Amino acid sequence: MTFGDLTYEAFAFGFFTILTLGGALGVVANRNLVRGAVWLIVSLFGVAGYFVLLSAPFLAAVQVLVYIGAIGILFTFAVMLTRSMTNLNERYNQQWWIAAVTSIALFGMLVLLVILPVFGEQETAVSDVVATTADLGVALVSGDAYVLPFEVASLLLTAAMIGAIVIAREEE
Amino acid sequence: MDRTIGTLIKIAVPIVIGVVVILILNSITSASCLNDFEGCLVDGGMDTDLAGLIAISLGVVLVATFPLLVTILLIWIERKFAARIQDRIGPNRVGPIGLVQPLADVVKLLGKEDITPAGADKWLYNASPVMMVMSVLLIWAVMPLTPYHYGIDLEIGILYFIAVASIGTLAVIMAGWSSNNKYALLGAFRVVAQLISYEVPLALALLVPVMLAGSMSMVGIVEAQAGMWFLFSAPIAAFLFFISSQAETGRAPFDLLEAESELVAGYNIEYSGMKFAMFFAGEFMHVFTNGVLMAVIFTGGWYGPFAREAPLLAFTYLMLKSGFWYLLSLLMRNALPRVRIDQLMTFNWKFLVPLSIANLLMTAFLLKLVQEGGLAPSPEEASDFIANIPQTVVLFLGNVALAAFVMTLIRNQGREERLAEDAGEPSDLTVTPAPAGD
Amino acid sequence: MVPLWMFLTAAAGLFAIGAYGVLSRRNAVAILMSVELMLNAVNINLVAFWRFQTPMDMSGQAFAAFVFVVAAAEAAVGLAIIISVYRGRRSVTVDDVDLLRW
Repeated sequence: MTFGDLTYEAFAFGFFTILTLGGALGVVANRNLVRGAVWLIVSLFGVAGYFVLLSAPFLAAVQVLVYIGAIGILFTFAVMLTRSMTNLNERYNQQWWIAAVTSIALFGMLVLLVILPVFGEQETAVSDVVATTADLGVALVSGDAYVLPFEVASLLLTAAMIGAIVIAREEE
Repeated sequence: MDRTIGTLIKIAVPIVIGVVVILILNSITSASCLNDFEGCLVDGGMDTDLAGLIAISLGVVLVATFPLLVTILLIWIERKFAARIQDRIGPNRVGPIGLVQPLADVVKLLGKEDITPAGADKWLYNASPVMMVMSVLLIWAVMPLTPYHYGIDLEIGILYFIAVASIGTLAVIMAGWSSNNKYALLGAFRVVAQLISYEVPLALALLVPVMLAGSMSMVGIVEAQAGMWFLFSAPIAAFLFFISSQAETGRAPFDLLEAESELVAGYNIEYSGMKFAMFFAGEFMHVFTNGVLMAVIFTGGWYGPFAREAPLLAFTYLMLKSGFWYLLSLLMRNALPRVRIDQLMTFNWKFLVPLSIANLLMTAFLLKLVQEGGLAPSPEEASDFIANIPQTVVLFLGNVALAAFVMTLIRNQGREERLAEDAGEPSDLTVTPAPAGD
Repeated sequence: MVPLWMFLTAAAGLFAIGAYGVLSRRNAVAILMSVELMLNAVNINLVAFWRFQTPMDMSGQAFAAFVFVVAAAEAAVGLAIIISVYRGRRSVTVDDVDLLRW
């Protein structure tokens, strides 16, 4: 569907880019860390929107469920539990301008030297026939696909869960 | 004798009148602008894209407004039902049999002063009730209301529902934090602990109908129940989903967090007026949405005789079924005592989660066995009731066996505890009070 | 259809902002939040390449799913460590955790 030159998809892409990058800037540039956690959640919503645009609805739902519903809450809890008594701390450490120059240089290099030369001409996808969520499910447990990383990932999650509980437990 | 006849007439006449009205309305609306709004606009000479945009926006507004309007009716139902259970009459002053009572409540709440506590984070404080209501309303986008009318048919409907439900926990933390009140914050921590704990059996229980239907889409799940409701194939999953969804909304017997004696430590203590009304209405809407989800996922949604020819009748079936589940949850609320926070956590992690995992494994195993053994109905006869019976019987017996096993374990454990108590040793269930003077 | 290089540029921008956050913030929790931003940028890259280059082969989405898992595990353990450090030293400024410095 078109509305003049601005397709709905381009409008959605612009909206999600504003959410993602604006939220990211809010995370790195805020004074109040709770607001920073809220900006992180906004940014993660934007990334979920990207996944929807890229025909990956399963990943979008998992992004909201895992990142926003679990990790976002984890960060909010951590921020609330580690409030320092004085809020006079500076936001940035002493090398912030080197960090700014480095990250701008990194972004410039990535865009000008890698992305635009190699992928600048590709306008459309290779094909519009997309594999479905059922194919992802089969790939994750199929013997000649990704069942081994799947099982190792579950072991990793179990170890992380036990480790986090043990580390953060009160000494009795 | 005439009292019986009188009662029967009082019940039967409204039903007959209702059915006749629905069928008449259905025949009126089936051939007009109401069913093909976009086509109507385009015929009237509007640009195709603009017509599409207006049609979609109208659909969005309708789907989003319906639960909000139903909430007004729900407040009245809740209060009357609770009153009758408690042997009193309930609201009966404002309007005939108290039907205008919710409007009176709304007017009162609108008239209250809208304060923001000093030192509160204004933006978060005002955004939390909105996020709470939003997390419930978003579920209605995937709800199949009739065979032809639904917001959208997402490929991942069930996962979308679980993801959106986890946004509600975020709203609670934001509300507790931005009130600038440490008791509100503590209350919010406890609520979030309860909510994220009960998401685990909720998600695991919802995997069973997904397996039985072969698809995560809500419309697909309703279509797959053409032959047999999932309530009969997976009763343990239905039980788990019902209990977990009651705990997710903070409904009794899990309503420790909004109990009258705990209100000092509740997360919505600093809210007043319309913002409190949004939390309140959000909770009612959430309970009704859970009722509709129970109906859609486990009892066949809009299925019933003549559902496909008369969509309005299909919608009525859906509302009747979800009304049944809603009244069941109201009954649970008014009849059961409250559980303590540690009993709540024990119940979840030591009973519901192992049961849901065992249920999932058993159903997967039995389903594969049924499919290999040729008992499963083939796709052509999937909507035939008789052809679905063998598979349903096998799964039902599996559920019964699992339930019997779990009951035996509980009974043995209960017997041990009773014997230990009789022998004089303290058990885990009793809480020894702290000695006075500490 | 939005071209591939726009998605990649957005992901690169997110990565650069996350890198700036990691290198220049003092609060440990803020550094972890910026690490999450970088992981999200990587995920956007993976899924964009999957969609544009190999839409029939699920490797891209599977890889992104594993990145989710690793990010969740890392956030949990990292925040547990931060809370433990806070309990001991009452401060989460990374400059203050310097017992092993030369």
